[in-house]
Amino acid sequence: MLNPQLNKHGELQHLLTIEGLPKSIVNHILDTASSFVGISDRDVKKVPLMRGKSVFNLFFENSTRTRTTFEIASKRLSADVINLNIQASSASKGESLLDTIDNLSAMHADMFVVRHAQSGAPYLIAKHLIDTKQPHVHVVNAGDGRHAHPTQGLLDMYTIRHYKKDFTNLTVAIVGDILHSRVARSDIHALTTLGVPEVRAIGPHTLLPGGLDQMGVRTFTNMDEGLKGVDVIIMLRLQNERMSGALLPSAQEYFKSYGLTPERLALAKPDAIVMHPGPMNRGVEIDSAVADGPQAVILPQVTFGIAVRMAVMSILAGNQG
Amino acid sequence: MTTLHIKNGHLIDPANGIDGLQDLFIADGKVLAVGAAPAGFVAGTTFDAAGLVVSPGLVDLSARLREPGYEYKATLESELQAALQGGVTSLVCPPDTDPVLDEPGLVEMLKYRAKTQDKAHVHPLGALTMGLKGQSLTEMAELTEAGCIGFAQAEEPIEDTTVLLRAMQYANTFGYTVWLRPQDPHIGRGGIAHSGPLASRLGLSGVPVMSETIALHTIFELMRASRARVHLCRISSAAGLELIRAAKAEGLPVTCDVGVHHVHLTDADIGFFDPNARVTPPFRSQRDRDAIRAGLFDGTVDAMCSDHTPVDDDEKLLPFGEASPGATGLELLLSLALKWADDYALAQPQAGARPLARAVAKVTADAARVAGIPAGSLAIGEAADICVFDPAARWTVSSSSLASQGKHTPFLGYELSGVVKATIVAGRVAFQR
Amino acid sequence: MSNLVNPSQLDAEALYRVLLEQVRSGLAGASNVAIVGIHSGGAWLAERLARDLDLTARLGVLDVSFYRDDFAQKGLHADVKPTKIAFDVAGATILLVDDVLYTGRTTRAAINELFDYGRPAKIMLAALVDRGERQLPVAADFVAAFTAVPPGQALVLKQAGDKFTLTIDTHHA
Repeated sequence: MLNPQLNKHGELQHLLTIEGLPKSIVNHILDTASSFVGISDRDVKKVPLMRGKSVFNLFFENSTRTRTTFEIASKRLSADVINLNIQASSASKGESLLDTIDNLSAMHADMFVVRHAQSGAPYLIAKHLIDTKQPHVHVVNAGDGRHAHPTQGLLDMYTIRHYKKDFTNLTVAIVGDILHSRVARSDIHALTTLGVPEVRAIGPHTLLPGGLDQMGVRTFTNMDEGLKGVDVIIMLRLQNERMSGALLPSAQEYFKSYGLTPERLALAKPDAIVMHPGPMNRGVEIDSAVADGPQAVILPQVTFGIAVRMAVMSILAGNQG
Repeated sequence: MTTLHIKNGHLIDPANGIDGLQDLFIADGKVLAVGAAPAGFVAGTTFDAAGLVVSPGLVDLSARLREPGYEYKATLESELQAALQGGVTSLVCPPDTDPVLDEPGLVEMLKYRAKTQDKAHVHPLGALTMGLKGQSLTEMAELTEAGCIGFAQAEEPIEDTTVLLRAMQYANTFGYTVWLRPQDPHIGRGGIAHSGPLASRLGLSGVPVMSETIALHTIFELMRASRARVHLCRISSAAGLELIRAAKAEGLPVTCDVGVHHVHLTDADIGFFDPNARVTPPFRSQRDRDAIRAGLFDGTVDAMCSDHTPVDDDEKLLPFGEASPGATGLELLLSLALKWADDYALAQPQAGARPLARAVAKVTADAARVAGIPAGSLAIGEAADICVFDPAARWTVSSSSLASQGKHTPFLGYELSGVVKATIVAGRVAFQR
Repeated sequence: MSNLVNPSQLDAEALYRVLLEQVRSGLAGASNVAIVGIHSGGAWLAERLARDLDLTARLGVLDVSFYRDDFAQKGLHADVKPTKIAFDVAGATILLVDDVLYTGRTTRAAINELFDYGRPAKIMLAALVDRGERQLPVAADFVAAFTAVPPGQALVLKQAGDKFTLTIDTHHA
């Protein structure tokens, strides 16, 4: 089956995952994003690129933050935004996912921004749109299960490029629950695509998935070892469910071995940057002193996130399949 | 006396060592003679099988007919028709119906309904425990009288090892075979794909191989203690096959089967989250698939079955993790068995490997032996259950070419070799293309 | 209609000097002046004009990719450059600079974009060359030369070191 993300001209038709995207497309998105960053400083914080287009935010998994940033990005492109919060339970009582898509397409949706608890859900939608010959409708994956969160991966890359310029001489560490993290997977694919020579995953064995070496990642269970000489630290959020699934005993013990404290940060390069996809669990994965410190670039990530999402959506909207 | 003469066909009857051009003579639903016509034989019907293979009707060790209880997914009528079109004349159905086949009355009803369809012979497996809940034993003797040929837990592993031991001891009292799918009740239970780099990359929860091997170790220990005969269902891993090879060498009374899809597919066939590849056990790595192919050849794997599981669109066209596991199989069993012959057996350096005969054996004589049913043989006096097929003809797997109500298989859209031209049940041509 | 110069005989450097003098006299007495060049040719011209007119503190560059009217047909351009307007557009007298004035659509996009920054007092358009074939009612205030180019051919300003040249490309941008 041909990669459903690219149309027959090799252009981006849907953004489902960073894995398998040509480096040129990743760079195009980052370059376009830099043009969008300045728009927030203007009087009129909009460009007319998606005027008259309807963007449907289909969130099967709750997320006010991500949905809000997509909404802001859409509105800055002058698109109309409709938010649909479909809780998983109501979907199982009622319409199937594809029926929902068909109904919304009949209302002339131009773009679906989809977040779903199941890995692969956006692919089902993209394949359905291809099968029903709707080349003008695009899907943006806003996070599917554990599989991918491509816009987060892209904005993380934008952030790294902003502060570090050259990917090809960096050491990047991703810390935390890699097993359950779609952000980690997208970051790993983006980093390896952009030529980062050393990507490290740091966490306890229970939170490290198998097969990381095949993805080009060096694993560390000792955080002090893993942070030595690192240029970029990406901290992942630890969810409460991990304690109930017998994966970890407690948040306190986790912080003791894997929390990013100022002492641990000092093991990295002196100009290392600290990133976090948010929302942060202060005192669980990251110390407040670090989160609020000069090396943290967590708030700029949010700003860049809007520009990156504007770039993704406008590039997709311009490709007709 | 109704008589049938099948002439000019290439007769492959592995149970009786026949593999060559031989005519077949049938009278009153039984095989009358092979090779030369008996004196005074007058053919009521003549079937010209020139260029075709004539074999015993296929014996499928696992086909879900969805009755009772799941008629919205499929019915006895449609699925037994699918069996005929797949050349299957005897099939074994698992007890995970609704209600579960744990009462003799339900089994009698099913056998009766199947008989009135007058298509394939249906041999139900009874539930090993009531409701498949793994707590109390079923009336195995009563169920056997009603027609059950063995006892199983389908996809519900018994959590309490003591219960499993008792069930095996009780079954052994009467010489019944226990059919078990080796899976640990906890490890990998929520998993939807083979634990490995691919599942990690795709973010799919994994079913590790050890879910199968831990269960196998347990089952073999219980077999040593109880001396029960066990048939292991749907082996999926190289490591599992190694354990089975050792158990057989040790002399334990164990047999095993593999699902015919697993003979060919690996976890890579999930592709871009194709829900048609959502099956249980999951498709594993290439190494595991290759071990299955080799295991069929060296006899570690006794039989291939279709594991026919009709799933309707509403339950399949969903995100991968939400899709109901299972693939349609009755109509693919022959073609996929032949594909094994072409892809694997043909390449083996042993002289006289006879791939076609080996493949046919795995879905006829060997399967019948596992199930302990009188099928899969065209010896004189045996029931005339016959499959006539063209091994070279090709067909495309599609919604319209499948008679089953289950239209989902990873092979959708593929072209396969092996077209059933006629299926004969008890001497009557029940299906003809 | 003014005299049409043969497009292959356009001397970009000479035309620049003509344009500079037109602009210098045209802007005399104006207040709050700023120069905005449209990427890429217009931006180079604007930079040079800003230096020659001592207006480098009031220089901006515009990329009109987000305001083009052919987005639905052509999609987003592969090479979007950032727009930089460092001065306050509100109340400014803006000299909008482009290299080749053709259909007028780029000018319209640039004006739309400028208005999203604020309300200028006045916008004047300077173009090195006007090749006619307008599709919108747009006219330049300052033009160094008029020419005609066959359809399917593009007139392109290039900058090598500090020298401008105009060439004809048969590949459409």
